[in-house]
Amino acid sequence: MDLSQFFIMRHEVLLLAVIILILLMEIFVGKANRKAIIPVSIGLFLLSTLAGFLPAESGQLFGDMYRTNGLIVSMKNILNIGVLIVMLLSAEWLRKEENLDKVSEYYLIMLSTLVGMFYMISSGDFLMFYLGLELASIPMAALAAYDKFRNSSAEAGIKFIFSSALSSGVLLYGLSMIYASTGSIYFTEVAAHMGEQPLQVLGFIFFLAGMGFKISLVPFHFWTADVYEGAPISVTSYLSVISKGAAIFIFSIVLFSVFPMLEPLWQELLYVLAILTMTLANLFAVRQNNIKRFLAFSSIAQAGFILLGIMGGPHLGLTTVVYFILVYVFTNLGAFGVAISISDKTGKENINDYNGLYKTNPMLSLTMMLALFSLAGIPPVAGFFGKFFLFTSAASKGYYILVLIAVLNATISLYYYLRVVKAMFIEKSDHPIAPFRSSLSTRMALALCVAGTFAVGFISWIYEYLYDMTYLLFIF
Amino acid sequence: MHEIPLQYILIVSTLMFFIGVWGFIVRKNLITILMAIELILNSVNINFLAINRFLYPHHLEGHFFGLFVVAIAAAEASVAIAIIINIYRRFTTINVENVSEMKH
Repeated sequence: MDLSQFFIMRHEVLLLAVIILILLMEIFVGKANRKAIIPVSIGLFLLSTLAGFLPAESGQLFGDMYRTNGLIVSMKNILNIGVLIVMLLSAEWLRKEENLDKVSEYYLIMLSTLVGMFYMISSGDFLMFYLGLELASIPMAALAAYDKFRNSSAEAGIKFIFSSALSSGVLLYGLSMIYASTGSIYFTEVAAHMGEQPLQVLGFIFFLAGMGFKISLVPFHFWTADVYEGAPISVTSYLSVISKGAAIFIFSIVLFSVFPMLEPLWQELLYVLAILTMTLANLFAVRQNNIKRFLAFSSIAQAGFILLGIMGGPHLGLTTVVYFILVYVFTNLGAFGVAISISDKTGKENINDYNGLYKTNPMLSLTMMLALFSLAGIPPVAGFFGKFFLFTSAASKGYYILVLIAVLNATISLYYYLRVVKAMFIEKSDHPIAPFRSSLSTRMALALCVAGTFAVGFISWIYEYLYDMTYLLFIF
Repeated sequence: MHEIPLQYILIVSTLMFFIGVWGFIVRKNLITILMAIELILNSVNINFLAINRFLYPHHLEGHFFGLFVVAIAAAEASVAIAIIINIYRRFTTINVENVSEMKH
């Protein structure tokens, strides 16, 4: 292995360089200049994001423990874009007095989880997969408990770390069964020895349950709402978009590359999980008043829709899932961005507080409306195309009843998304949120989200590019 | 030499796993819940090591997996305990039923 081979891990290496530079800044930047850490960190991360788009080679390293190809690189780029938006959105909140002394911690922890996600997506064996998963989830608990002096933040942290530890324990127990029956932990060898032996099926079900926790599918979703509500709101946006996106990426890669032999089994399981997830999450979302809890249940429901995409097989399925996550990054971060900037300025996080927002802050209301329309899947914006492709993917395998249920659920979801729009545009309020001007970074992030929400839907080569890339899934 | 058969070891590890899950669900003290999680992870370790030793003695993947699981369990415990200490400062208790502000 020489240096040029080493640099096929470019995304991870660059990110580690950024982390080390931020660590050095933490040591050498004095008390008076703490605010300067924020733009410099964002700038450094922007550079590494841009470098991620340079043409990349495929290959594998460390005896097939790490592997990368065009598809995996595009997944990492999507996550990079999302993290960049989250960093821009959180800048204003970090500039507050109480957060200034731990600014660099926020970036360090967040980027470490991102490194974990990258290694997880690139993993070629279960050991690397497990390490990446844990690197992505243990620091996340520290991030959820970031507001040291707020009770609910500590509660969110402990709930997150316990549920993620339990889920990785269950997942590992399943892996030990798979190891017992196949004698290997490498994806290629495990796939070659997979059959339908009872032990392998049991191991797979444990594995699915563990991943279900990470993606927050419905029987395993109990931690989601509390953690999302308790964590600081910019951390919530990171959890619901980046973390969930990475977990869905590796989940679909593992399903198609390690468990293709069990496809009839997991198709049936996903069928049931998808129905449960969409329906229950929608019903819970209807009765929420806190915007974070509301977006938490909305993101659980979106995960149910994503399962429909996975059922379409390795090519169509994977394309639609990756495309939907790209759309989801822009739309969900758009919705979170508005909630973050309102929460920063006024501390209000309830849907009732948004009454009459259009009168005072028309731009924010329009952005929020666009994001919610996209989440609900209303035609001109990208969310419609994302959902449409997911449904196409499930329909291509003949699951018409499932698609029907999904469409009904999309209609229910329209009700609660429009409830927020109604609050902003129609409801009157005696004390609406006063007009304010968000900081430059927030406005840039929101503009990026709005542009993405339109552009991803209309630029058709994105979808075609991803579709071509899925043919590389098994080539390293 | 007389060896303990594999199934006896697996019975122990399975029992440990389910005791861990049981403890995770019924225990009310945060530290005890953490101990339950350690039980789960240790049962996984026993599984990996025993399977490696008995079924695939010419490779060491199971052993390495066990080592990494131990290391990660330590990291997890340290972060969890740090948060528990913070919870104790905020709520002055580490009983699960009192550490709950958010409603469903």
